[in-house]
Amino acid sequence: MYPASSVIVFTVLSGLGFGFLAFLGAGLVTPSGWTAFFLWGLGYALAVGGLLASTFHLGNPQRAWRAMSQWRTSWLSREGVMAIATLLVLAPVALSDWLGLGWSRLPGMVGAVMALVTVLTTSMIYAQLKAVPRWNHWVTPAMFLCFALAGGAILALPRWPALGVVVVMGLALVLSWLIGDRRFAEVGQTMGKATGLDRIGTPSVFDPAHTAGNYLLHEMIHIVGRKHVARLRILALIFAVLLPVLALALLPGAVLPRAVAATAYLIGAFAARWLFFAQAEHVVGLYYGKR
Amino acid sequence: MTCLPARTDKKLGLAIDLDTCVGCNACVTACKGWNDQGYGVPLSDQDPYGAHPSGTFLNRVHSYQVVPEQGAAQVVSFPRSCLHCDNAPCVTVCPTGASYKRSEDGIVLVDEDICIGCGLCAWACPYGAREMDQAAGVMKKCTLCVDRIYNEALPEEDREPACVRTCPTGARHFGDFADPDSKVSQLAARRGGYDLMPDMGTRPTNKYLPPRPKDRMDAAPLAPLLDIKTTGFAGWLDRMLEKF
Repeated sequence: MYPASSVIVFTVLSGLGFGFLAFLGAGLVTPSGWTAFFLWGLGYALAVGGLLASTFHLGNPQRAWRAMSQWRTSWLSREGVMAIATLLVLAPVALSDWLGLGWSRLPGMVGAVMALVTVLTTSMIYAQLKAVPRWNHWVTPAMFLCFALAGGAILALPRWPALGVVVVMGLALVLSWLIGDRRFAEVGQTMGKATGLDRIGTPSVFDPAHTAGNYLLHEMIHIVGRKHVARLRILALIFAVLLPVLALALLPGAVLPRAVAATAYLIGAFAARWLFFAQAEHVVGLYYGKR
Repeated sequence: MTCLPARTDKKLGLAIDLDTCVGCNACVTACKGWNDQGYGVPLSDQDPYGAHPSGTFLNRVHSYQVVPEQGAAQVVSFPRSCLHCDNAPCVTVCPTGASYKRSEDGIVLVDEDICIGCGLCAWACPYGAREMDQAAGVMKKCTLCVDRIYNEALPEEDREPACVRTCPTGARHFGDFADPDSKVSQLAARRGGYDLMPDMGTRPTNKYLPPRPKDRMDAAPLAPLLDIKTTGFAGWLDRMLEKF
């Protein structure tokens, strides 16, 4: 699949934002005054910034509000509804923390769960697609949730618990690669099944349907850049897991380890998410003899 | 609404005969011609007269070489377009309600005034039946020529999809698969019409009719000449020459 930068930015930033908001809402970190303003603001900025980025790849972004309407069947619609509902539910807690109003933290607890559900709905946009076997597995939501929790933990939790969550995320990432690499073969779609010509023999492409590019080839049969997979995976692990772990374990102070860990996490997450798209193969490629 | 109808009164669709199709691309041209000027935005082309032309099509014809376990290989032309699935994954993923399946005849359509061009429906389709129009930013797909088949301004023989009407070999058949006595249902039953990628759970309406089995060529026609037994002087010469 084509690794569109808008979608990579969307899933990474809003994942991190909602992960952080979940910890803030749950009260695992309870800032007050302008610290609260800054931290809640960071969470909201990441979440909203990601959501805005997601509209950049739309053909008609001015109609994006319509995407809220089909929550009964569409995970993309559910994602939009949950994201906005979560941001609204958490707003009074953020306001209370900032201005010292002492309001109930109950909406924070509810909002924390909703924030994680929002990340789940984001991941289901991809995990629901049978036509993309690599994504169509429970490991996709597991990996997305771990990334959100790890990002939030780096920003919100004390260093040792945060370090633990980052390690769990690293395991989930490796697991998603190990499982993902087997998925296309596991699902078992072939050119023979795609065309039904396995009935009479073994098909191969004789003359391509078109020699020019088209939307399908560009969007779903993106094979450029896969040759660097092994190196990118190592880079993703170094930046998203190893460097944050080292920073959290070794660097002194309260802000420095978080800042270094979060920056490294973001670079690693972008690399991992780029791979998530670039490596995913759509079954339509079978018609073209490409994957 | 993107909920799929529990049942549709009709199941309009195509039976595509891979035995008869010669890969002439007339259906591709007729489809583009008709859908350029009727339903929805035109199917745009990018750089059509330049070095790298590309464009939006609702129907494309592939061709495959198929090698059987025994016998000669054959070339099969394979038109690919929307299958108007009963369990259409492109419809349920749509966040806006632009994609829908009609309960009266099962046709899957896009309301282009609502489509935001997110492309998720094209991702959900295993068959590559949907292409985003690069000029209008909305999703295009086969409408089964919904603006022809019910169009009483057209003569009756033209009230079928443009691809079917134009096919010079009669490889494309249009009809109602919900009616077991319809021409397409009969044809699919008789010829072993099949679904593409049935494991995907999409339950396509369109059926593909497999190429009929080829007869086998006998042994090479000149083969008997290789097995002539020589007699007389020629036989003697043959035996003598073999000794050297």
